[in-house]
Parts: sequence; C-alpha cells; structure tokens
Amino acid sequence: MHEIRKRHPKGWRFLFVPFKRSRIMSTEQENQVTQTLERLHQAASVSDVEAIRVEALGKQGWISQLMKTLGKMTAEERQTEAPRIQGIRARVADAIEDRKAALEAAELEARLATETLDLTLPAPDAPRGSVHPVSQMMDELAEIFADMGFSVATGPEIEDDWYNFTALNMPESHPARAMHDTFYFPDPAPKGGKMLLRTHTSPVQIRTMMRDGAPLRIIAPGRVYRSDSDATHTPMFHQVEGLVIDKGIHLGHLKWTLETFLKAFFETDDIVLRLRPSYFPFTEPSVEVDVGFAIVDGKRVLGGSGDAPGHAWMELLGSGMVNRRVIEFAGLDPDEWQGFAWGLGVDRLAMLKYGMDDLRAFFDGDARWLQHYGFSGLDQPTLSGGVGAKA
Amino acid sequence: MKFSLEWLKYFLDTDAAVEDVATTLNAIGIEVEGIDDPAEKLDGFRVAEVLTAKKHPDADKLQVLTIDAGQGEPLQVVCGAPNARAGMKGVLGLPGAEVPANGMKLKKSAIRGVESNGMMCSVRELELGDEHDGIIELPENAPVGTSFAEYHNASPVFDVAITPNRPDCMGVYGIARDLAAAGLGTFKPIEPGAIDAKGACPVEIRTDDPEGCPAFYGRVVKGVDNTVSSPDWMQKRLIATGQRPINAIVDITNYLMLAFGRPAHAYDLAKLSGPVVARRAKDGEKVEALNEKTYTLDSSMTVIADDNGVHDIAGIMGGEHSGVQPETTDVLLEIAYFNPEAIGVTGRKLGLASDARTRFERGVDPAFLDDGLAILTSLIQRVCGGEASEVVRAGSPPSEPKVVRFDPALTAKLGGVEVDEAEQKRVLESLDFTVDAAWNVTCPLRRHDIEGPADLVEEVVRIHGLDNVESVALPRVDGVARPTATPQQQIERKLRRAAAASGLNEAVTWSFLPTDQAEHFAALRQAQDEREALWVLDNPISEDMKAMRPSLIPGLLSAVKRNMDRGAESLRLFEIGRRYLRAKDGSSDEHPTLAVLLAGARTPRGWATGKAQMFDAFDAKGAAEALLAEAGAPVANLMVMGDAGPQFHPSQSGTLRLGPKNMLARFGALHPATLDAFDVDGPVVAVEIYLDAIPAKKGKQGFAKPHYAPPALQAVTRDFAFLVPADLPAGDLLRAVKGADKKNIVDARVFDVFAGQGVPEGKKSVAVEVTLQPGEKSFKDDELKAISDAVVAAAVKQGAELRG
Repeated sequence: MHEIRKRHPKGWRFLFVPFKRSRIMSTEQENQVTQTLERLHQAASVSDVEAIRVEALGKQGWISQLMKTLGKMTAEERQTEAPRIQGIRARVADAIEDRKAALEAAELEARLATETLDLTLPAPDAPRGSVHPVSQMMDELAEIFADMGFSVATGPEIEDDWYNFTALNMPESHPARAMHDTFYFPDPAPKGGKMLLRTHTSPVQIRTMMRDGAPLRIIAPGRVYRSDSDATHTPMFHQVEGLVIDKGIHLGHLKWTLETFLKAFFETDDIVLRLRPSYFPFTEPSVEVDVGFAIVDGKRVLGGSGDAPGHAWMELLGSGMVNRRVIEFAGLDPDEWQGFAWGLGVDRLAMLKYGMDDLRAFFDGDARWLQHYGFSGLDQPTLSGGVGAKA
Repeated sequence: MKFSLEWLKYFLDTDAAVEDVATTLNAIGIEVEGIDDPAEKLDGFRVAEVLTAKKHPDADKLQVLTIDAGQGEPLQVVCGAPNARAGMKGVLGLPGAEVPANGMKLKKSAIRGVESNGMMCSVRELELGDEHDGIIELPENAPVGTSFAEYHNASPVFDVAITPNRPDCMGVYGIARDLAAAGLGTFKPIEPGAIDAKGACPVEIRTDDPEGCPAFYGRVVKGVDNTVSSPDWMQKRLIATGQRPINAIVDITNYLMLAFGRPAHAYDLAKLSGPVVARRAKDGEKVEALNEKTYTLDSSMTVIADDNGVHDIAGIMGGEHSGVQPETTDVLLEIAYFNPEAIGVTGRKLGLASDARTRFERGVDPAFLDDGLAILTSLIQRVCGGEASEVVRAGSPPSEPKVVRFDPALTAKLGGVEVDEAEQKRVLESLDFTVDAAWNVTCPLRRHDIEGPADLVEEVVRIHGLDNVESVALPRVDGVARPTATPQQQIERKLRRAAAASGLNEAVTWSFLPTDQAEHFAALRQAQDEREALWVLDNPISEDMKAMRPSLIPGLLSAVKRNMDRGAESLRLFEIGRRYLRAKDGSSDEHPTLAVLLAGARTPRGWATGKAQMFDAFDAKGAAEALLAEAGAPVANLMVMGDAGPQFHPSQSGTLRLGPKNMLARFGALHPATLDAFDVDGPVVAVEIYLDAIPAKKGKQGFAKPHYAPPALQAVTRDFAFLVPADLPAGDLLRAVKGADKKNIVDARVFDVFAGQGVPEGKKSVAVEVTLQPGEKSFKDDELKAISDAVVAAAVKQGAELRG
C-alpha cells in the first residue's frame, strides 16, 4: 500500500475540488502549504524532512490543528471544508513521503558507492572433478549397445584356468595359450590347472551362458591382464567382450553390429570395415576386423576404405562365430543356438577417439592428465545428446 | 615368417604384382605384416673380397682389412666382426651408402686412428634377416665389384603372420596352394623324382616310443662333399627369410622346412654308433643342443638316441655332438612324425623354442614323409653328391583322413553369404579336400585344424572372400526398455559421476601392489585371516606388481606421491574398482569399492581466506556421507564407530556402520606411519566405501515416491547450550536430543563446541540448535516447555548439564 501511494499520490485528485467559499484563512493556509512544499524541496536529509513532518502533521502540527477545527464546524461548513482540509493534508503528507523516499534512495546510492568490490579478484575455487576416459568409454559402450538390446555382464578377474582357457576350446597343450602371456597364482583351480588373472574378458561369455542360457546379448567390459609391458602394452588393460547367442545369427549380423557400434561411437556414417580370416580357438569361422583410416594433422581419423588413396587399415578387434565346442562347454545345444563374439581393447579405442598417445599414462593417476583427458561428471553419454563428449 | 616373391613364384605360376599378392594374402587369412623391397635400400653396397686381415694396432676386437670391391685400388676398412678373414667374400657399404637397418649414412672416417673407407655388413644391417653374429659371407664365386642388389637378385620379401591353426602354411609351398585356390595363379605341385637308391640302409632305425614318435623314416647318404656352399638360389631364399647359410646340408634341411613346412634332421654318421632309436629320455639324461646349451630331460620327453646317448630332442632341436659339419662325409637323414601335444609339453618344460618345434607342435603333414625325404635326398645329391641307401620306415604316421559330413547350406546359415554349391566344391577341391556326391568331405591329412562343418564354412568363406559378407541388422529385441545395467552397475555409475561432480578426479590404478603394501593394507579387523588370504602372483612382471590389492588406498596413495613429486599441492583423487580377497572355499572374492584420497590443501592460501587450509578427517567424513547418500544408503541411520584399521590415524578416523557388523565405509586421516611408508607428506585423508555392503532397497522398486505435503506451519528452533564431559562424543548427545521427542523434533545440529576459558576443566560446551515442527496447530507455551524439558532431561542422561 505504501509503495503504491508513493507512485500515485492520490492527493492530486483533491487539488481540483471546487472552491465554494473563499476565506482569508484558506489563502493563508495555501501559502503555508506552498511554503511547506518549498521547504521540503530544500530539505537535504531525511531528518530535515522529519522535522517538517512534525511541524505539519505531528500532534501539534498546523495541519493536525486544522483537522481539529472540523469538529467545531456546522455540518454545512464541514461539507465544503472537510474535503479542502483533507486535500491539504494529503498533498503535504504525499510530498513528505516522496521527498523522504527520494532522499533515502540518494543516501543508499551514496553508501553503495563506497562499497566497491574488485571483481577481478578470484572467487573461491570450486575444484573441478573428472571421470577417467576409460570409464567414460565404458559408459559410451554400454549406452550404444543398450540400444541394440545388449546388457552388461561381469565376471571375476581372478579366474579359473577352465573358464579362461579350457572352456574356450584351449586345452592345456594348445599352442594359442602361449600367446596369452598369462599371470598365474600358485593356487590350484577347482576345475584343474592353476588360478590365474583372466587374459581376456571371454570367460564372462562362458559364465553368462551357463547362468542365463540363451538367447543372449551381452557386453562384458573389464580389466584384463597379460605379462607384457612397453609403450603400447601394459600388464593391465581393459577389454569389452561382446556376445550374441540366438537362432539364425551369422557373420553378416556380426558385421552389422560392429559397423553400427562404430558409427555411433565415432558419430560418423563413414565407417568402412574389412573382415579378414583369422584364428581364435573359441570362434569358427574367426575374423579379424580392420577399419579404414587416414592420417589427418598427424592423428588417425577413422573413415573411408583403407584401400583409398592416403588411407590404410588398422586392426581393431578379433571376432567370429562362437565355436560349437564353446557353446557345448557352456551347457547349450550348438545345433539349436549359434552366435558371434568379439573382444575389443577399450584403452586403444579411447586413444583413437580422444587422442591420447601413451597407454601407460592411463594408469599413472597424474592429476594434470586426468583433468585434461577426463570428462565432466555431467558428461553422461546419452543417445539423445550423442554418446561422445566433444573436445 | 618371411619369404621372397621369387620363391613364391617357384611354386605359383602368376603375374600378380606385389600389391595384389599382399591383398590376396590378407583376404585369405595370411596377414601381411610388412613388405620389403631390398633393391631400393641396397644401393651403394657391393660384393667385395677381403684380401688381407690384420689386427688393429689399438683395439683388440677390431681388424684392419684390405678389400677388393672392384674399384682397382684395394680399400682399407676397419671391421669388428669375428668372422672377417682374408679370402672371404662379403658385402661392402661404400661411403655415401645408407645402412638399411639404422639409416646411418656411411662416410670415410678414422676408427681408433685407422682410416676406414666403408663398412662390411651383417645380415641384420642389410635387413636381410636377424643374424648379427658376424658379417655376411657370400659364396666364393660371387662376382667382386657387382652391386649387391643385382647379385642378390633382390626380390620383394613378404613378412606374414601364420595363425597357429595353419602349420601347412608355415612353408612357401602351402601359401602358394592357398593363393592358387583364391585365383591368384596356378599352383605348381612338386614331383619328387625317384632316388637311385643303392643298397639297404646300414643303420638300424627304430621307434621304441610309438606314442611320441609314431613314424621315423631315414636313410643314409654316403660320400657327400659338404665343403661346398649351397647354391646361390637357395642361399638367397634363405637369406630373404633371415636364415644365415651355414653349410650345404644344414642349408638344405632348413630349405626343406621353410619351403614345405617340413623339419628334418641330418646326423653325421661318423658320430653315431649302433641303432638309432626314437625313445623316451631317461630322467636326468642330458644333451647339449645345437644352441650349445645343455638340457636335462625327463621320461615324458621323446628323443632320438644311439648306443652312446641322446642326439636329438625330438622335433625341437638336434644335438651339438652329431651335427653335420663341413668335413662330414656320411649322413643319416631323419624325417619323422612326432606327437604334436608331446612336442608342445616338452618345449614348454625345457623353455626351448625353435622353428622345428613351432611346426611339429602345430602339426606337420603326415603324408609328406616320403616326399620330404626324397626332396631332401635329391637336393643333397645335387649339391654334395654321394650315394643314397634305401629308406628305412619305422612305424607309420597317421593315415586315416577325417571325413566331415557337410551341408553346403551352412555357409549361408553361419557365414552369412550365399555361395553356390559348385563354387563351394571348387574351393574345397582346390585346397585338396575331396567332396563326394553326398557332400562327405574328406580332409587332407595336413589339415589338422578341420574339426567339423564350421571349419569348412570358414574355408569356403575365406577363399570366396569375406568381402562378400553383407551387413544384416540384428533383429530388434522385444522389451529392450528394461535397464541393461544391474543395480550394482548403476550404483557405480552414479557414484562415479557424483564424485566427479563434487570435484574429485577419477584415477585408474594397477590391480597389483608390492607384497608389503598389500599386507599392510590387508590388516583390517580380521587382520590375520585377510593377510593370509592375499592373492600373490607366481610370475609377476615385477616385485612392485606382485600381490592383488586388498584395498584401493595404497594405489591412490602412490599416485598422490607421484603427483606431489611433480609439485602438486592439493589432490582430490578417487577410484572405483575391485578389492581382491578370498572366499572361504578359496575362490576369488572381488569386492566393488570406491576410495577417495584428499591430500594437501583443501583451500590454497588466498586473498580472502588467508593461509592454506589443509584437509582433515571431516572432509573425509563429509565425502563418505555424501557419496553414501548418492548410493542410496540410509545415511541418517549410520553409526560412527572406531576401528578404521591400523593404516589410519588412531584417534582421527572412524567407520560408518549400519549396525555393529555391517561396515559401509571407513574414513579419516591416514596414520603418519602409513604416510612415511609411502614417503608422502601429510595430511592425507582417505575414504573407502564398500559398495557391496550398501543394503539394496527392499521390495519392488517403482518410480512413485511416498506421499508428502509440506507442513502448513513454519518450523521453530530452540537453542540449548550444554556442559558435557570432554570425552562425550557429540554424536551421542545429538542422538539423545533427537530422540527426546521423536514426534516434534525433526532435526538437531551442533553449532558450537567450546572448551577453555569459562568452561570447567574436563568439560566442554556444546551448543545445539533443535528444530521443532508443529503439526496442525502452533505450539503453545506449555508444549514448548515440555519439549525443552525433555531435551534437557535426555541430555542430562548423557552426563550433560544445561548451561545457565
């Protein structure tokens, strides 16, 4: 209410009340009003205004005295005098209010002018956190494959020889075992051989098939271990296994799945894959998958056929149709179920997508590296926003 | 494996260019790892003869050679090769030439004060192979002064990777057959001519170990001249594969292996006595192998021996004693079939790798014993002369071919590509399979890898071309709207992002630790048990990576150390990963865990905040509670208890438990001794949250939350100041205060803790703000008084008194 009155002094309405009886008194009073308004105009502080208010509207103030005269008037007199006197009161009261507000505003302004802050000074630090590129990559993979109906499976990293090798069609004397540079524990494994650190994520295939049966679509990301260490190999690294078991699944589905994944992952339709025959004991037929790339500004950029000018092929992953022995080992009927599997190096893929050049730095925990190559916690990969965070 | 194009063309009639050969090799599963065209790189290298060789005056291991490189005046060259000697022929790099292996540009120089005008080169320096024991030795008839590239008839060399299932392609001959099947040319099968054998084999040959050595064929060739060099064409092919010519007969056995994937062995007959027998070794029996190392054998290993002892670790490496030398005149040739698995086991036990083992353990062609022996004999006779005996055949190799019942429709069903039946038949037959009208496919004996129909699909598809496989979309699965991540995975994802959003940097550290660190951090409550339960590797890559981590803290603490060594003053690291423990039954017990490490300054010195403020145990507690809340743990019900473990500061650490047994997290400042052990300056505070200890939400999870209407009336607060014993945990006081009137008190928080002036010795003042929430009606004065009295009474029970 107070605010409104300041902006729309209703006193103005009373200024146009017609004047029925003129008296010397009224002229004097008009002069007094003019004088008061003039003094208000001159008032330099809120306390000056207060003094004027007391003089006019205080208990002994002249307008208050004037108001009291109304009581002594006849009804007839009062009919003309009351609006006039109330008009005077309103004019003066509003003028006081306005002047006071103006002076208060000026005083506030003056005070604020002394409260200057140097806003070029630094604000309190808000520490910036980050998600490791490997984790980001795992979330991206989970998102893309969720869209194709794959769930995420896990299994132990300290594995039984049987799950890591035998059930994957690598019996004890198999030459392919030698290619795995396996870390062993002295502990005997329940199903024969020794306990070991899984050399690939493939044992999760066996465990999941045994537990969940078929049909099945899973990816199994996780840590894997091989006794190997140089600029491009670390004794611990990350893989993501893929497995589809269903009816009527063939190599064409494998090709489509990997193409679809890579297109979504690199956000480009220009992905050309080359399948090459290869050999893995747990798949038959086995294929190695290469992807075409070009070198742009010293970095590998995926796209185009590796046979195109200026392009080459890069080995990406090993895959194939799951060997029927593996399906049997996992307790399923290989005449009923077939499918494909692949194993992909996550760290290498991260390097390719996000441009790191030294694998060992992934596991060093250098805070500078983590902040540079890491991702904001809110950069959650989504299908609607694009699974990859742009640089 | 390496081979030259020239060699390939010996077995394959083709005009294909190098690139086309490479493309087809890749397409059929023989991965090309590199192609080398030596002609370009051999510019500036010449065939040269060493005229004289003298010791270098100032260096024991160097010689000063004079060399004829066909330039008229002999050149003086300093050389460090032990085999450099007068009269030999080799390859001289002239000043200006670039050494292929290392890019070094040769120039005239002085070596220890003696002028040198070039370099005599080794096989490796010219990238012709791995040999680097000495300089290249060329045959005597090599024309001095000609360019080495021309002499060498340098042919492009392919370096290919042969997958372990294809030992039949571990020889050029097999590769040529596969290429021909893929349409790259016409295969030229070898027809070994008849050997003019004279008389029975004078040596008795037996196999007394038919399991390890099912077949042992042999013959003697007498009167050979092994002082001659093997022929040029053979030497070039060998050099192209990286094999140094040794002597004619050894070169010929190597040639047989590299051309046909068929290892064989030649013994110096003069060094043998009595029957030559394949038998099991005796336990502890010893043999000095051709690599000049002595191996101790056991009774699981097959050997070739005579009356005097072992002459060959069967299928792996021959013995030094009976090896063929240049002066050898009579040889016994051995071509045998060994059990592939037994060869693998023996090789692994002895830690002995060889080209022969690689082929035998993957499986050589059981049908190639007679042909192999004939080729070997005829080559020896051509090069060294001599008279061959009849062949002795002890035992017999496997001869029953595998027959696979094949349905050509499987190619589309499994391979995803339609290939008409005639083409499928053609592919199989071009690889020596025989196909009858009912699609019974008989496999060549050398194809040990063929187990069933899927393998035949692979043969058809790889030769027909994997390029022809078209992408086919996976059928959409019904009901994919359900989440594909498990609740545990979702907790991990959520916590990872919550931690990162709160300013922590995610690290990924090794799963392995040094054993002492692992032992130190294994010591939790059940110290002894868990220490015993550590997983320790038998064959770690280093002592620092030997034991599987029982805690994530040591790995992060090492990362803190590395960062501080680089000058970091403030670190906020976290990791989500597994701890590796052991279940009662000995199986792996891996626990998903989140650890946070806060080190150094929480706030650096600043214009507004003054001195740097260091992290303390409350930062750890705050992080633990915030993350537990994100994970859905009932944080309000958690009790702060002790027993964080000896790695923590004994009086600035604690555990958060849901009931006395279920520990969800431990937190606090690390023990100074722990920091000392890692050589880290404090303070460092840590949190370890046990993600699998967080209770799952009960019942079926829906999206809807329980009903809630914000209370109409405003909450009121009342302050209380209590004097309590100095050792009373504030948490106990708060719990008592909150419990004083569970209906009306919705919160109680400590806003001041004070000891010192005005507070009696042994006491502290704790000020608590209590929040009261009225229900339908505002509190009346007497109600407020009753609540206050209850609060005070509850506090008094804890030993508190209200301050005046």
